[in-house]
Amino acid sequence: MARTVTTHRKILTTLLAWAVGLLIFFPIFWIIVLSFKSEGDAIKTPIQVLLSAWSFDNYATVQERSDYFKHFSNSVLISLGSTFLGILIAVPAAWSMAFVPSKRTRGILMWMLSTKMLPAVGVLYPIYIGFIRLGLLDTRLGLVLILMLINLPIIVWMLYTYFKEIPVEILEAARMDGARLREELLYVLTPMAIPGIASTILLNVILAWNEAFWTLNLTAAKAAPLTAFIASYSSPEGLFYAKLSAASVMAIAPILIMGWFSQKQLVRGLTFGAVK
Amino acid sequence: MATQHSRSAARLMMAPAVILLLGWMLLPLTMTLVLSFKKYLPLRGGDLGWVGFDNYVRFVSSSAFWPAVTTTLIVVGGVLIITVALGVLLALLLDQPMWGQGIVRILVIAPFFVMPTVSGLVWKNMFMDPVNGFFAHLSKAFGAEPIQWLSQASLPSLIMIISWQWLPFATLILLTAIQSLDSEQVEAAEMDGAGAISRFRFIVLPHLARAMTVVVLIQTIFLLSVFAEIFVTTAGAFGTKTLTYLIFQRVLESQNVGLGSAGGVYAIILANLVALFLMRVVGKNLDA
Repeated sequence: MARTVTTHRKILTTLLAWAVGLLIFFPIFWIIVLSFKSEGDAIKTPIQVLLSAWSFDNYATVQERSDYFKHFSNSVLISLGSTFLGILIAVPAAWSMAFVPSKRTRGILMWMLSTKMLPAVGVLYPIYIGFIRLGLLDTRLGLVLILMLINLPIIVWMLYTYFKEIPVEILEAARMDGARLREELLYVLTPMAIPGIASTILLNVILAWNEAFWTLNLTAAKAAPLTAFIASYSSPEGLFYAKLSAASVMAIAPILIMGWFSQKQLVRGLTFGAVK
Repeated sequence: MATQHSRSAARLMMAPAVILLLGWMLLPLTMTLVLSFKKYLPLRGGDLGWVGFDNYVRFVSSSAFWPAVTTTLIVVGGVLIITVALGVLLALLLDQPMWGQGIVRILVIAPFFVMPTVSGLVWKNMFMDPVNGFFAHLSKAFGAEPIQWLSQASLPSLIMIISWQWLPFATLILLTAIQSLDSEQVEAAEMDGAGAISRFRFIVLPHLARAMTVVVLIQTIFLLSVFAEIFVTTAGAFGTKTLTYLIFQRVLESQNVGLGSAGGVYAIILANLVALFLMRVVGKNLDA
């Protein structure tokens, strides 16, 4: 039985929900607006800002002055690199735990989760000094490794919960039909596992893109991804609202779009399967 | 189906992940532990020998420690209260039938995808700046004196910025939980004459209890290590120095590594206490 809702009530909820939604979204909307204004216009009163001229100049300036795309490509490389490396290591582990569980599987999963709880600041110096010794400080490789390690528990967990949902009976049926292990993997399991792997990749690219403890502490000019590049605006010279806005919009746009597609996976990934 | 052969294959498949995480956990942790018992000043003499529990005592008795604990508690507590309370209300609202639900949902969860340095700087400059910020223009329009947000009301400002980032997370998880609520149960209660408030109190809220616990625990772990938002807004000034930030300053800014490491060990113990509770909740789910 569907609950009947009066149109009157639906109008009220719609208005209220849109008002709240727009209010929450407003800071993002506002930097989008400011990114198209001149620096002089960007600090005027909100109404004057809206009425002033629009232009793409800031986007060009940000690129010219600071080689924005170097930092952008650092972000892309670090987030994709750490995610794919993590997937490569996590798929076999999650696979074996889901399909060949032993008495220790549960313990291992919980232990992996516990490594995620380690506060980064607690191991800041050992990592920092280790990076200097190994020549990894301010390198993209260093960040790929660190971000892979901090996200590995989440990757294993997410994959595990997805693989767990693949019915084992299907494997047995394939085996009865005489499928070999290789065929079993290739034609039966892989197609069923791909959606889960894709979701895991999506969420972890987002997490790695936005990570802002290690990226701030372990990079300087060379390997700095967007998180660290944007932080350099915290000690500005002169007028910079419009340029900061343009840099920010470009930094968050790809992830906003990816994020909107990953709402479901987000819940699952970040609660370690506790809420689905 | 698990033969001896597949068991050893399984172990082999798990090995890389287990070994990496083991190394990642043990190596730095051991170093931090060792350093915490030493007087270690990289820029002023380096390793100056073992000092027993001296660093642990000094970290706790320094004048910066208790303010940092208080700040940490206020920030974590404040953000938790705001995000959970507003999150429940928002989740209830978004669960109602309306036009454009998908778009509203997108608007609401957007802040979660904004990187911490961007949200910190955007709030600091474009909104909280006492001269050119949006709030300052708003105050002036109403004839009021603009507030020096990040210096005069530093903690509330910080809590507001962080809550803006985490409200989507709480909302999304609570909304997912609400949508799994059995609607027949609610209808039955309605037919029995239960009003909206008692339906919420006796059916919705108990159903949400587990999701709320998960939100609180996970957020606590992330909030205890909030860093970038403070780094780009106040850099720890105006009473916004949390425990995490204090340790960061001891280790990297003043290069007192022994002292900072002792602080790090405290932070690890604290996080593990929270984690213990979280693992219980998550662990229960594994059995199901």
